[in-house]
Amino acid sequence: MTTATTTTNAPEAASGSLLLTLMKLRTFIALFAVIAFFSIFAPNFLSTANLILMAKHVALNAFLAMGMTFVIITGGIDLSVGSIVGLCGMVTGGLILHGIDLQFGYTIYFNVVEVCLITLAVGIVIGAINGLLITKLNVAPFIATLGTLYVARGFALLSSDGQTFPNLVGKPELSTTGFAFLGSGRLLGLPVSIWILIVVALAAAYVAKYTPIGRHIFAVGGNERAARMSGIRVGRVKMFVYMFSGFCAAIVGLVVSSELMASHPATGNSFELNAIAAAVLGGTSMSGGRGTIGGTIIGAFVIGILSDGLVMMGISSFWQMVIKGIVIIVAVVVDQAQRRLQQQVTLMQLAKKG
Amino acid sequence: MGPIDDDNCVLRLDDVTKVYSGIVAVRHANLALRRGAVNVLVGENGAGKSTLMRIIAGVEKPSLGRILLDGKEVEFHSPADAQRHGIGMVFQELNLFGNLSVAENIFATREITRGLRGIDHRAQIAKATEFLDRLDAGIDAETLVEDLPIGQQQLVEIAKAISLDTRILILDEPTSALSAAEVDVLFKVIRELKAQGVAIVYISHRLEELMRIGDYITVLRDGQITGHAMVKDIDTKWIVRSMIGSDAKDFAKSVEHRLGAEIFRAEEICLPRRTGGLAVDHVSISVRAGEVLGIYGLMGAGRSEFFECAIGQHRHSSGRIYVDGTEIDASDTSGRIRAGLALIPEDRQREGLVQALSIASNLTLASLDRFVRFGFHIVGEKEQSAITAAIRDLSIKAPNPDFEVTSMSGGNQQKVVIGKALMTRPKVLLMDEPSRGIDVGAKADVFRTMRRLAGEGLAILFSTSDLEEVMALSDRIAVMSNGRLVTVIDRAEATEEMIVTASAEGHKTTREHA
Repeated sequence: MTTATTTTNAPEAASGSLLLTLMKLRTFIALFAVIAFFSIFAPNFLSTANLILMAKHVALNAFLAMGMTFVIITGGIDLSVGSIVGLCGMVTGGLILHGIDLQFGYTIYFNVVEVCLITLAVGIVIGAINGLLITKLNVAPFIATLGTLYVARGFALLSSDGQTFPNLVGKPELSTTGFAFLGSGRLLGLPVSIWILIVVALAAAYVAKYTPIGRHIFAVGGNERAARMSGIRVGRVKMFVYMFSGFCAAIVGLVVSSELMASHPATGNSFELNAIAAAVLGGTSMSGGRGTIGGTIIGAFVIGILSDGLVMMGISSFWQMVIKGIVIIVAVVVDQAQRRLQQQVTLMQLAKKG
Repeated sequence: MGPIDDDNCVLRLDDVTKVYSGIVAVRHANLALRRGAVNVLVGENGAGKSTLMRIIAGVEKPSLGRILLDGKEVEFHSPADAQRHGIGMVFQELNLFGNLSVAENIFATREITRGLRGIDHRAQIAKATEFLDRLDAGIDAETLVEDLPIGQQQLVEIAKAISLDTRILILDEPTSALSAAEVDVLFKVIRELKAQGVAIVYISHRLEELMRIGDYITVLRDGQITGHAMVKDIDTKWIVRSMIGSDAKDFAKSVEHRLGAEIFRAEEICLPRRTGGLAVDHVSISVRAGEVLGIYGLMGAGRSEFFECAIGQHRHSSGRIYVDGTEIDASDTSGRIRAGLALIPEDRQREGLVQALSIASNLTLASLDRFVRFGFHIVGEKEQSAITAAIRDLSIKAPNPDFEVTSMSGGNQQKVVIGKALMTRPKVLLMDEPSRGIDVGAKADVFRTMRRLAGEGLAILFSTSDLEEVMALSDRIAVMSNGRLVTVIDRAEATEEMIVTASAEGHKTTREHA
C-alpha cells in the first residue's frame, strides 16, 4: 500500500514541480521567445545599433515600471506617472529656456545639473502629494493618483499654453548647455540612460532585498493590519513608494526631453499603463505582497521588444495593440495557475510529511 | 437525560457525530428541540455548540447519525434546504448587506418581482413592515441597514428569519453586541415567538441571561453533551460543573520563581465604542516581572481592546501606560514596541502573519532594526542565526524557514507569531487568546513557553475565555466584563464560580442603571 502510493505520487510531484519551475521562469521564457522569434523574422533585429536603440526605448518604460512595482507590492497603484513625465519634461524645458522670471526684471537661470535636481525634486514632491492623499486623507490610491494625473497634465499644458519648448541647447554664458548628454551621450559604448537604468535598478533591487524598508514594503502589501501590529510605520512605507515612483517618473521626463532636445506637454500620455503591464508581466501581484525588480525589468523588455519587433516586421500598429493585450492577459492567467499549482505542491509536501 | 416527550419535540438529533480532518467536534450527541420553548445551549469555546447548530441549519452535514424533523428523517444539503424546512439561523456575525435597505435585506434572493418590470419595491416594503411590526421593532423598512444600531440589525436578521415561516430559530450569541435595553427588546421578541409556537435555540455564554430566558438547557463539553435539564430545576453552579467537568487538560507545571518589581502598569485606560459607551472602561492594572496575569472574560468583554490600547492601535484611547516605572510617551505601535511591549494578536491570520512572506521574514518582521548595519543594510548572517535560535527555542516545526508561512499548521503559525513578538526583546508580553484554534500539542508547547518566559522575568498578560486555562496558568486572575475590570484575584483564592459570577457583573450593573 505504501509503496503503491509513493510510486504514484513521486512522478506526479516531480512533474508538478517541473511545471512549477517552468511557470516561475515564464517571463524569462517569454523574453527568449520574443528575441528568438524576431531574430528570425525581423531583418537587422540582432544588429548592435538596433539592440541599443531598443534598450533605450525599453529603459523609459523600465524606470516607470520599477517605481510602479514597489507601489503595486504595497497594494496600491500609481496612475499619475505618465503625467509626471510630462510635467517634469516641461519643468526641465522651461528652466533651461526661460529660467524663473522673478517679475521685477530679474530672471534666475540654473545650470544643467541644478535643473536636473530641481526636476527630480518636482517628481518626488508630486509622489509625496500622492502619498499624503493616500495615507493622511485616506483617499483610495486609484482615485488619488487619477486626480494627480489630471492636475499634473493640466499644469504641464498650462506651463507653455500647450506649446512645445523647442531646442533645449541652452546658452554657454548661462551654463545651461550640455543637456543632450543624458539622452544621447555614451559611456563605454552604452547610452547614458542605460547606465542610469542599471544603477537605479540595482539600487531598487538592493532596497527590496536587503533593507528594512524593502521588507516592510512587502509586509504592508501582504497584510497591512499585521504590518501595523508589528510596529511597521505603514504611512511612511507608503510615502516612500509613491515618492520613489515620482522620482522614477522624473528621470524619464529628463531623459525624454534630452533625447528629443525639446519638451512637449503631452509627453508620457498613457505611459502608466505600459508600466503597469510590465510590472504585471514580471510577476508582480496586483493584490500586493509579491513582485521583484528583476522580473519587472524583464517584463519591460518583453513588452518593449515585442512592440519594436512588430514595427520592424511592418505589422500594423492596430495589430500590435491586440497582441500586447493578449500577452498581458496570458501572463496573468499563467500567474494565477502558478499560484494554484504552488499551493497544491506545498499541500502535497505537507501531506507527505504528515 | 429525561425521557423526550415526542409531542412537543419538533427536531431531534439522533446520535450525531461530526468529524473534521482528524478532530472530533461533536460525538454521539442526542438533542431534542421543543416547540414553543427556548432551548438553551451552553459550553466553552470549542465545545461544539456552533458545529451542532451548523448541522441543524444545513451548513454542515453530520458524519454519523440522523436528523429527525417531526419524527421523519431528513437530510439538509444546504442552508437553503434547511430554510425550506423552516429552520432559520441568526449567526453571531450578522449576514446583512449594509448598503441595502431593510426591506431589500429581508427579501434578498427572493425578491418580489413584477415580471419584466423588475422588483416591486412597494410590495416588499409593505411586507417587510408587516414582519417588523410583528417584532414591535420600530424600524422603518426603507432605511439602510448600515444606519441602524447593531441591536436593530439583529432584529432585522430575526425578521428575515421569520419571513421564511421559521419554526426553529437558532440565535448564536445574540446579545454579545447588545446594550441592556436592546437585550430587553430581544427577550420580548423571543417570548412572543415562543407564544407563537416557534422553537428557539439560544446559544450564549452569559449564564444569568440563560437563567432568565431559557426553558430547557443542554450543556456541551469537548463535543459531548454533559448535562440536560429544565432551567427551573437548576442553578448556575450546576451549569459551571457540567461545563468544566473534572478531567484536567495538559498544562505546563508552574515553575516556582520569585516575582520581581512592578514592570507594567496601565492607568485609567479608556476606549470609546463607536456605537456609544466605552469598550474599555477605566481599566487600571499592574503586573510584576515574572508574573503571569490571566484576564478572563466573555466575548466583547473588552480584553482584546484593552491589549490594543496598550500596544497603541487606537489613537482615540486615553490613559497612561508605564513600563519599568516610566510613562511611555509614544502613542504609536512602533514606539510602544520599542518601549518593551509586545502583542500577540488574537486573530493570527488577519493580524499576526503576513501570508505572502516566508517563515523567516515573518519572524524578524518586527525586529529588523536589530540586524541592521549602517542603518539600512540587513546583515544576513545575524538575521539567520536569530531565526535559527527562535525556531529552536520555540520548537517550531519548520522544515525550511524560507517556505511560506501558510505551509505550516496553525499551532506552528502561532509559534511564529510568538517568536516575532519575542524577537523585539519585550519586557511585557500581551497575549490575546494565545491558545485559540491550535491543537493540543501546540497548546502545551505554548503554555510551556509562557511559563519559561515568566521564569526568565518577563511580565505576561494573557486573555482567555477558557476557565481551566486561566486557573492553571495564571499567578493572578483578572476578570473583565463589559469593558470594566471587575476584580483581580490571587490564584490561590480564586474559584471557578467566583470568576464566572464576576464575568457577568458588568452586564448586571448596566441593566440596573438602565
